[in-house]
Amino acid sequence: MKNRSQQYAILVLAVLFAAGCSTQPSQPTAPIDDRSTTSGATTTPGASTSGAGSGGVSGSSVPGAGSAGSSSVGSNVLRDPNNILSKRSVFFDFDSFVVSDQYRPLVEAHGRYLAGNRSARATVQGNTDERGSREYNIALGQRRADAIKRMMTLLGAQDAQVETVSFGKEKPRNPGHDEAAWAQNRRADIVHAGE
Amino acid sequence: MRSLLRLFVAVFAVALLASSPARAQLTIEIVGGAGTTIPVSIVPFEGEAALPLSITQIVGADLTRSGLFKLIDPGSMRPSRAEDVRVADWRARSADAVAVGSMRPVGDGRIEVRFALVDAVKSTTLANQIYTIAPTQLRATAHKIADVVYEKLTGDAGVFSTRIAYITKQGPRFALQVADADGFEPQTIVQSNEPLLSPRWSPDGNQIAYVSFEQKKPVVYVQSLLTGQRRAVANFRGSNSAPAWSPDGRRLAVTLSRDGGSQLYLMNADGSDVRRITQSAAIDTEAYFMPDGQSLLFTSDRGGTPQIYRLTLGSGAVERLTFDGSYNVTPRPLPDGRGMVFVRREGGRFQLATMDFASRQVQILTQGPIDESPSIAPNGKLVIYANEQGGRGVLAAVSTDGSVRQRLVSPATDVREPAWGPLPRT
Repeated sequence: MKNRSQQYAILVLAVLFAAGCSTQPSQPTAPIDDRSTTSGATTTPGASTSGAGSGGVSGSSVPGAGSAGSSSVGSNVLRDPNNILSKRSVFFDFDSFVVSDQYRPLVEAHGRYLAGNRSARATVQGNTDERGSREYNIALGQRRADAIKRMMTLLGAQDAQVETVSFGKEKPRNPGHDEAAWAQNRRADIVHAGE
Repeated sequence: MRSLLRLFVAVFAVALLASSPARAQLTIEIVGGAGTTIPVSIVPFEGEAALPLSITQIVGADLTRSGLFKLIDPGSMRPSRAEDVRVADWRARSADAVAVGSMRPVGDGRIEVRFALVDAVKSTTLANQIYTIAPTQLRATAHKIADVVYEKLTGDAGVFSTRIAYITKQGPRFALQVADADGFEPQTIVQSNEPLLSPRWSPDGNQIAYVSFEQKKPVVYVQSLLTGQRRAVANFRGSNSAPAWSPDGRRLAVTLSRDGGSQLYLMNADGSDVRRITQSAAIDTEAYFMPDGQSLLFTSDRGGTPQIYRLTLGSGAVERLTFDGSYNVTPRPLPDGRGMVFVRREGGRFQLATMDFASRQVQILTQGPIDESPSIAPNGKLVIYANEQGGRGVLAAVSTDGSVRQRLVSPATDVREPAWGPLPRT
């Protein structure tokens, strides 16, 4: 080699080459195709993943059966910021699943909406703050979602129109560790089909 | 030209050193050891230096990590067979036992490993084993040898050949991983942009049940560790969670909200033949089979606050087990069926506790403040669990008598939901 800069070039190339060799190959994952389920589905057949014993999962869409909000008036109303129906979150006190007076009008409005649109579907997702057992918190979140559904069905929504699920403490809206964060996470969200 | 070549080689060598893969993503440190430890010396095996992996280094690390042993330096002594061990030399070094061995290639690329354990106090040979292995089995053989040493010197089965499952979270990405009990060789079993929780080993160690939110609601999956195939075994309307295997591996208890509330159901491991087994207007969840398969422990707030109950499957009888405090959850029976580990909340702190069923006596095992998800090692001696340090989830372990404490460190990720796998079936 003739000069220093060429020596340095080889040096750089050598480091890059060796660095390339050092990268850990990522675990082979076979992507599993999107599977959105209709509510009420039972078990889904297992998808085969690569034999390396790992599987990749992509996100999937919100389950919601049938045609979403067939009433064209309905979908506008759900998104109208001047309409209470555009509000979707109900907040709860610690250890409580009681819908407070503050949120009754919101829940009742969604209940009446569903009662008036028999083909409309909604999911109520219950959440808890981060304290306590994960599995017990799934059950607590479920209780919150169920309480909201009960109010809705009292106003005429049909059982088949509303699915209640729980995220427990797994999907906090606020990742903080203080009471302000916890208060935001003790929450149930109403999600209409197709959203 | 020659100096350039030297430079090239030097750079390449340094880069290769830097590139040797970080073998363990989870490293396990002792933070508190047992009061009395057994002094044992592990003599480097004859022929070991020629191999890529040091068996005796792994054996020593296993025994040290258990908190029950103190490694004695063999100095320059190198016996390789039981008959070469002069016990007086070892007693002089305060070693109660000496492990010796040798390794040699035996055609077909295989390796013969000979190992002996000598009791230096009684001057007896406690173990004498020969293994013929493929080079890929070096690590597993080291763990097997550590198990033999552990069992011969403590009387309990070793768990160095077991695996642990756990959930990691890195940014928005969740993964269920399985690693050796020492944290080495982690493998990703499934990953997702939605939460994963409650990994549960089948009794034969070949399958893992878990809860996934990938369908935007909790669904229970069972996945084979051998083939990677999986199926959703509980995907009913509402939430499906808290899977628990029966000891014969044929059935799963699960918590379903399909009929309203959260109630316990039993099903075959493939999801068929679903039967409801609790009938309350309360929350019933966190089922866990007792080792004899005749009853299960579960969490219920039917009495007003979350407490632990036992359901006898034949009769349907339910008995309350916890009465102290207003929050007792996550029951985990000990393998001998004589008691359980569970989580209690006291004054805002979540901590692990044990209960002896005969006396109903409760003993606090950890301090908290946020201890959760205990899983008991199959020899009943260690409990792995989750807590938090520096704002992120970490794993820790404590011996069931509270004397040994370990911290499991993962470099970057948030780790939670550990599950200790079964003893390997030989």
